[in-house]
Amino acid sequence: MSLGIVIASHVDHIAEGVYRLLKESAPDVSITYAGGTDDGEVGSSYALIEAAIEQNDSDTLYCFYDLGSAKMTLEMVSEMTDKDVTIIDAAFIEGAYTACALIQGGYKQTDIDAQLAPLKVK
Amino acid sequence: MELTHEQAQRWLLNFHGKVTDNKAYLSDLDQAIGDGDHGSNMARGTEAVKEKLASVTDESLEAVLKQTAMALISKVGGASGPLYGSAFMAMAKKAKETRDLSVLIEAGLEGIKHRGKADVGDKTMIDMWQPVATALKEGTFSQATIDQALLDVKPLKAKKGRASYVGDRSIGALDPGAVSSGYLFEALIEEVIA
Ligand SMILES: Nc1ncnc2c1ncn2[C@@H]1O[C@H](COP(=O)(O)OP(=O)(O)OP(=O)(O)O)[C@@H](O)[C@H]1O
Ligand SMILES: [Mg+2]
Repeated sequence: MSLGIVIASHVDHIAEGVYRLLKESAPDVSITYAGGTDDGEVGSSYALIEAAIEQNDSDTLYCFYDLGSAKMTLEMVSEMTDKDVTIIDAAFIEGAYTACALIQGGYKQTDIDAQLAPLKVK
Repeated sequence: MELTHEQAQRWLLNFHGKVTDNKAYLSDLDQAIGDGDHGSNMARGTEAVKEKLASVTDESLEAVLKQTAMALISKVGGASGPLYGSAFMAMAKKAKETRDLSVLIEAGLEGIKHRGKADVGDKTMIDMWQPVATALKEGTFSQATIDQALLDVKPLKAKKGRASYVGDRSIGALDPGAVSSGYLFEALIEEVIA
């Protein structure tokens, strides 16, 4: 099965907005997202990020995040799940967009990794 | 010195009290160099710890530490959630082998370093945990250790977390996570060491 994409942001609307942006160019890619805390505040939620990872159709996931605790929470969930989770330290939107466009285009994981490498900024 | 599960419970409840009393202060510190939520994050997290501990049936040190970690991981909402959560999770794992306080705190410190990829001098909670862990090991831990760590964290420039984005503006400020960790260790003095 092809790669799935997970988006984790501090803000619910950012996560949903990035999802909309990606879906336009990658309608067939499994993309799930988590934004904000359990209460809809700015921050990160273990439960929401866990759900985004578990509910993604794919078992091999590339995860993109905005700031600090979104990454740390992704890491904690990735240590608990059986899925093959890679957290990508790329520019958030550019990285996620690149990965989605290439998955949609049927590119191999090694090609996608090569295109993501110059986008690593964190 | 050994840590019992009753002591650990009292320690964490005391910590909840200190965080709750100083919620506004912790958020003010965070507003100066971050996003102003550290007080409310930690108050929410330690409130969840208090609730969890009230319902712990397994009377072991490992259970107390693990439930604390779970509550913090699921309720804090900011970086301090995974960081304190990883500290208590690492301590819970260590508690399977030993109850030695200094070994447990050292394990907690390593948990934070592993999670946040920060080290001493980056102006984070590590700049409180490291001197405390060292002093515990050397048998010199006291309130003075905490007071000195707070003095030492001020002149540092933040290299990790939200405060690293404000550049030189972080110099001279207290780090909110170091201050809340200071409360954790003051609570330790009051409930376990004194
Ligand atoms: N990488 C890190 N390693 C160690 N401690 C860190 C790290 N990042 C942040 N901290 C600590 O966390 C404290 C801030 O906690 P807080 O609850 O305010 O999270 P936050 O920074 O608002 O989270 P977010 O990443 O969601 O913006 C800092 O004062 C610092 O002590
Ligand atoms: Mg904050």
